[in-house]
Amino acid sequence: MTIIERPSTEVAIAGAVPVGVKPSEALGVFKRPAASSSWRDWVVTVDHKKLGIMYGVAAFVFFLIGGVEALLIRLQLIAPDGKVLNADQYNQMFTMHATTMVFLFVMPMAAGLANYFIPLQIGARDVAFPRINAFSFWALLFGGIFINLSWFLGGAADGGWFMYAPNSGPVFSPSHGIDFWALGLQITGISSLAGAVNLITTVLNMRAPGMKLMRMPVFTWLQLVVQFLLLFAVPVITVALFLLSFQRNFGATFFDVAAGADPLLWQHLFWIFGHPEVYILILPSFGIISEVLPVFARKPLFGYPFVVFSGAAIGFVGWGVWAHHMFASGLGPVSVAVFSIATMAIAVPTGVKIVNWTLTLWGGKLVYTAAMKFAIGLIVLFTIGGLSGVTHSVAPSDTQQTDTYYIVAHFHYVLFGGAIFGLFSGFYYWWPKVFGKLLNERLGSWNFWFMVIGMNMTFGPMHILGLQGQPRRMYQWTEARAGEGFFNLGFWNLIASIGSLVLTFGILLFLINVVITTRKGQVAPLDPWNARSLEWMTSNPPKEHNFDSIPTVHHLDEFFHRKYQEDANGVMQQVKTAEEVLKELEDNADAHIHMPSPSYWPIVLALGMPVLAFGVIYSIPVAIFGAVVILFGAYGWAIEPSTAPDDDIDPPTESGTSMGVAHVS
Amino acid sequence: MSADHAVASHDAHVTSTGLSNVKLGMWLFLGSECLLFGGLISTYMLYRGRVGTGPTPMQVFDIPFTSVSSFVLLMSSLTMVLGVSAAHKGDDRNTYLWVAVTALLGATFVGGQVYEFTAFYNEGMGFTTSLFTSSFYVLTGFHGVHVTVGIIMLMSTLGIMKRSKVPGSKSETIEMLGLYWHFVDIVWIIIFTLIYLIPV
Repeated sequence: MTIIERPSTEVAIAGAVPVGVKPSEALGVFKRPAASSSWRDWVVTVDHKKLGIMYGVAAFVFFLIGGVEALLIRLQLIAPDGKVLNADQYNQMFTMHATTMVFLFVMPMAAGLANYFIPLQIGARDVAFPRINAFSFWALLFGGIFINLSWFLGGAADGGWFMYAPNSGPVFSPSHGIDFWALGLQITGISSLAGAVNLITTVLNMRAPGMKLMRMPVFTWLQLVVQFLLLFAVPVITVALFLLSFQRNFGATFFDVAAGADPLLWQHLFWIFGHPEVYILILPSFGIISEVLPVFARKPLFGYPFVVFSGAAIGFVGWGVWAHHMFASGLGPVSVAVFSIATMAIAVPTGVKIVNWTLTLWGGKLVYTAAMKFAIGLIVLFTIGGLSGVTHSVAPSDTQQTDTYYIVAHFHYVLFGGAIFGLFSGFYYWWPKVFGKLLNERLGSWNFWFMVIGMNMTFGPMHILGLQGQPRRMYQWTEARAGEGFFNLGFWNLIASIGSLVLTFGILLFLINVVITTRKGQVAPLDPWNARSLEWMTSNPPKEHNFDSIPTVHHLDEFFHRKYQEDANGVMQQVKTAEEVLKELEDNADAHIHMPSPSYWPIVLALGMPVLAFGVIYSIPVAIFGAVVILFGAYGWAIEPSTAPDDDIDPPTESGTSMGVAHVS
Repeated sequence: MSADHAVASHDAHVTSTGLSNVKLGMWLFLGSECLLFGGLISTYMLYRGRVGTGPTPMQVFDIPFTSVSSFVLLMSSLTMVLGVSAAHKGDDRNTYLWVAVTALLGATFVGGQVYEFTAFYNEGMGFTTSLFTSSFYVLTGFHGVHVTVGIIMLMSTLGIMKRSKVPGSKSETIEMLGLYWHFVDIVWIIIFTLIYLIPV
């Protein structure tokens, strides 16, 4: 019987001796929220698992919004002289499609998985800063909503997701769209930054005993690399966005060529952020399939240190390749040569990973679950996208391809075929862990095949379109200039548009699968996949405190080694079931587990930011009000203890009874 | 005193690195801040010669004045160290004293900056006069905001300490403020050198 305790006002009042800081005194304004099972619990929660789910739900909603935007783009291009959108709407559509998918789907979805699984994988009970974690989520959500509000307030941003000058200036984009975009991304940037500090501290500081760095699961490792990339990349885009906002709202001329400015400044700042961003998007998925492949190949990951160190190498070299996005801007031969070579070099650690995954599969007893199919899909599709990416490192060739559909094809292969396939692999793999039910494998298989076929039909033809010279952001094409025979633009645009419908159907199948599973899905066994890492050494879904007793780690793949041991002939034999392993932990449960308390302040603080941003665009008094809310939230936060002193939690033992708020057996 | 120590020992969960979470988090945040100022400094270096029809840097800068205010800011680092040291010894009186002096010196610096900006403005150096002026105001303005936030945090912490409501370890809180404060000072050394001392 473990007693889970959290400080509450009642306990503090009941406690006989007032020592140290009482929550009742430190609250400031609000009574501290107590644990409950209502919706309020989700608003004030600081539980990394709940926040992980909230990240996931929010990100998926944004995924659907971004998907609708993509469909509108493809409908516009399905036939010559498209009439679905006008030129202005088309500009908004592709800008917001990219912004939504990059900043509001892939990043938060990866952040959600990181939130949920990093503490579980390293044997921790929560993240290092639970309230900051809640704040990160709310900032992301409010930032995302704020950006999308611009649709209803005069039009969304329309300068392309990299928002080059002069298109980003007030002359070419007079609506408030780009203001919303710049300020909204500041808010989501704060979310990412806070998340990065939090998760790095968690990984470095909160590992279970014996969990050395080189025993950490690859997902945690690559997320650590991602968080470092965020930590150093986000401030650069912050500077760029500030300069842009000052230009649009306060009359500065940072990117105005007529005033003598250098438009390349924006490009450099953007891509110094933007290229690490590419790895921020893909590495979490690399981490996911590095978990999935060994489990379903029934073999350890081939060359674990190589996967880890090549991930770190990508993290370093990723800082030295940004200008390959700018080969067409006239950087000069020396810069172009340096960045060409660096770009070729970064293909090496990526290739190392692909070799490792392939050799993990080699000779394994492969189990073709949906998670495994998506993981293998990633290897194949990402390799295609990676190869077309390497062609961009050849500057003369890149200069031909710049701003054509060839680029669009390339980055959709790496981001859809790579990042998103990895995320779907993770959905199928971890669904039973998070929700306690197995997603339907049959539907999962259909889901996979529709997505693979749809994705190749959509993005494959874009290689041809691009090499034929179809510009990336052309809103209409005409029959007269479509070309003939195999290279007819009309035919391949039609195929791509049909493909996008197939793809949409595939994603709908996933949603249907989720609904069916939630209604009447099969309850998952404790260890449905015969998994290897620590997150499976808990119940499904995990208890609020994750582990009854913190496990001591002796191996890479600790859970596997608790279940299996070598016999005399050196063959792995099962010695324990997952249930027995879990029972051991439960039998040695810690007597008192102190969990962090829920708090109102994260959401209060996060709410102030969009109000402030709204005020910057429309009215200074509103901005001041937002700033006051932020300040109020910051003070409330500062005087609220993050971990309550012992005497707030454990009532004096003389009283004889424990008065903790929640009792979990 | 003893209560403070009890709280401190409670917070000292064993971490994998031995550093407390708060301290590690603070260092990470400061690492990120380096890139923020890196971006702003790069922008300034690119644009400092682009004065258009406006004044050039050497026409408006009052180097002796700014040297004095820079000296004041550097001295505030010294008083911050004394404050942190007093906090570690549990010497509340001297903690209050030195932290308050630090905030005062910081406020003197910010006051100097406000005076300087006003003088520049009166000499025809508005925010939008030229690329040089815009990037100058953004860079020094961002630094000034950092100092101001630091002053607010120092004074707030003193106020909260006065009502003995600092959650967690008091000395660690002061030490974190110290880390932030020193960082902001070091950034100023770089900015001062690049902006004021290197002729365009």
